[in-house]
Amino acid sequence: MSNAAKEKDKEKESFPAYEKVMAARDSKKLTAVDYISKMFGDSFIELHGDRRFSDDKAVVGGIAMLYDTPVTIIGIEKGRNTKERVERNFGQAHPEGYRKALRLMKQAEKFHRPVLCLVDTSGAYPGIGAEERGQGQAIAENLMEMMTLKTPVLTIVIGEGGSGGALALAVADEVWMLENSVYSVISPEGCASILWKDSSKAPQAAEALRMTAQDLFDLRVIERIIRQPRADDQAMFESLKLLVSRTFEKNLALDTAELTEQRYARFRRIGAIG
Amino acid sequence: MDFFAFVKPKNELEASSNKPENVPFVPEEMWVKCPKCNAMLLTTDMEENLHVCTHCGHHFRLSVRQRIELLADRDSFREHDAELTAKNILDFPGYDAKLEKAKRNANESVCCGECRIGGIKTVLCVMNAEFMMGSMGTVTGEKITRAFEYATDAGLPVVVCTVSGGARMQEGILSLMQMAKTSGAVKRHSDAGLLYITILTDPTTGGVTASFAMEGDIILAEPDTLVAFAGPRVIEQTMRQKLPRDFQTSEFVLQKGFIDAVVSRDKLKSTVARLLKMHGYAEVE
Repeated sequence: MSNAAKEKDKEKESFPAYEKVMAARDSKKLTAVDYISKMFGDSFIELHGDRRFSDDKAVVGGIAMLYDTPVTIIGIEKGRNTKERVERNFGQAHPEGYRKALRLMKQAEKFHRPVLCLVDTSGAYPGIGAEERGQGQAIAENLMEMMTLKTPVLTIVIGEGGSGGALALAVADEVWMLENSVYSVISPEGCASILWKDSSKAPQAAEALRMTAQDLFDLRVIERIIRQPRADDQAMFESLKLLVSRTFEKNLALDTAELTEQRYARFRRIGAIG
Repeated sequence: MDFFAFVKPKNELEASSNKPENVPFVPEEMWVKCPKCNAMLLTTDMEENLHVCTHCGHHFRLSVRQRIELLADRDSFREHDAELTAKNILDFPGYDAKLEKAKRNANESVCCGECRIGGIKTVLCVMNAEFMMGSMGTVTGEKITRAFEYATDAGLPVVVCTVSGGARMQEGILSLMQMAKTSGAVKRHSDAGLLYITILTDPTTGGVTASFAMEGDIILAEPDTLVAFAGPRVIEQTMRQKLPRDFQTSEFVLQKGFIDAVVSRDKLKSTVARLLKMHGYAEVE
């Protein structure tokens, strides 16, 4: 077979998981601030800073009204244009971003306010400053503290769910994913380059990693797949809002011991043996 | 006999390092070369010196058995869940072969059990660098979670020795979830008022750093241990520049405020035993 024919053959192979990766990374898709404004309108009041070091713009947080109920919203924001993306560090949070998120969660716990997390990140930022300020420690603390947070927590993956940097906002009572989102332990490129020394095999890695919303649903890692809302279809945001509200209502009715017990059990069964 | 009574510094071997060809012939396995200072070291001396280079103090990586012998009182270690073993749950290509090779050494990347340290009953988990570089799969997470749950029920302290390349990508999202699962178990142990000591050994990275490695009440590390979330190679690729030499060593993270102390191997057991005692745990027998 000639090289050209081989190329053509390769093109014909389909990698539906990698198509989902590409869709999740599409720079034209809606970001966390879009979801916040479509779902909560003018009621959102942004709250800044981790009270430790700085305000990480890759993480946006605040309080808004969900119908009659105040809720805390924390999202990882990639930015909608080049200027914003640079400002938001392309949605790659530093430790102070995760510490801001935890501060707002603790604040929500104090006032028994439900927490909605919107995840869209390729991963926690891998850089000198992030390491110096304890990226690993910041994520670890969130995992520990979220597990026993005495207020309902719901996470929706609205684009990329990149490894520990996504999980740091996803120790929740339920985790949902948009149909065109992905959630993985490592990027398919990273996986392919480590395992096969060839990052161009990312499409194959995406299949092997089982990272689409459907995969995660089948693996019982998420509770729900959400239809991808279109920017011009407000009804879809309204129905998402209703779904979020019902889930919070259900979990607000539980006493906090029961709530955190269920949250622990949710994660406890993943990979449990016997 | 005191475990450390025979630990003495030995510097007389250093001269042989530069010209190994001048050294009288000895069977190769009797010698080991220090990767840090290139000194040729007699394996018998190394064993006596707790696998620390007698020339430069470089801490060689320990096997699980050696680590248990270092920390647990003689013959006191009883392994839990030894039969739990990694499986290729996602049918990940190439993983079966890797597991087959790794399983010549052990069933999983962590060994958990119960022992006495300085006479004090303790749950001890030791990660295994020889099993897929200590990567955390679902069974690793399950064993650590069970160890913490057992300790919580029994009112025991936990000591975990970490060594890990991070979450195991061949088990995909299920590996990632083990970070949350183990963290939850650590939190419950902590909320029960029990002590958790982590001992970071070289290298401790990725998903293990971002979960139970950084969650100890007291975090100790061996000297010159790589402690990182993103490994140096990943950061070099992002930054496109060389990193400072001591970046992400245990001394570096100590200075940045993320660990409590760097403890050399000869002081490790006595330090842990003293800490256990100071937290009110009583010696048995």
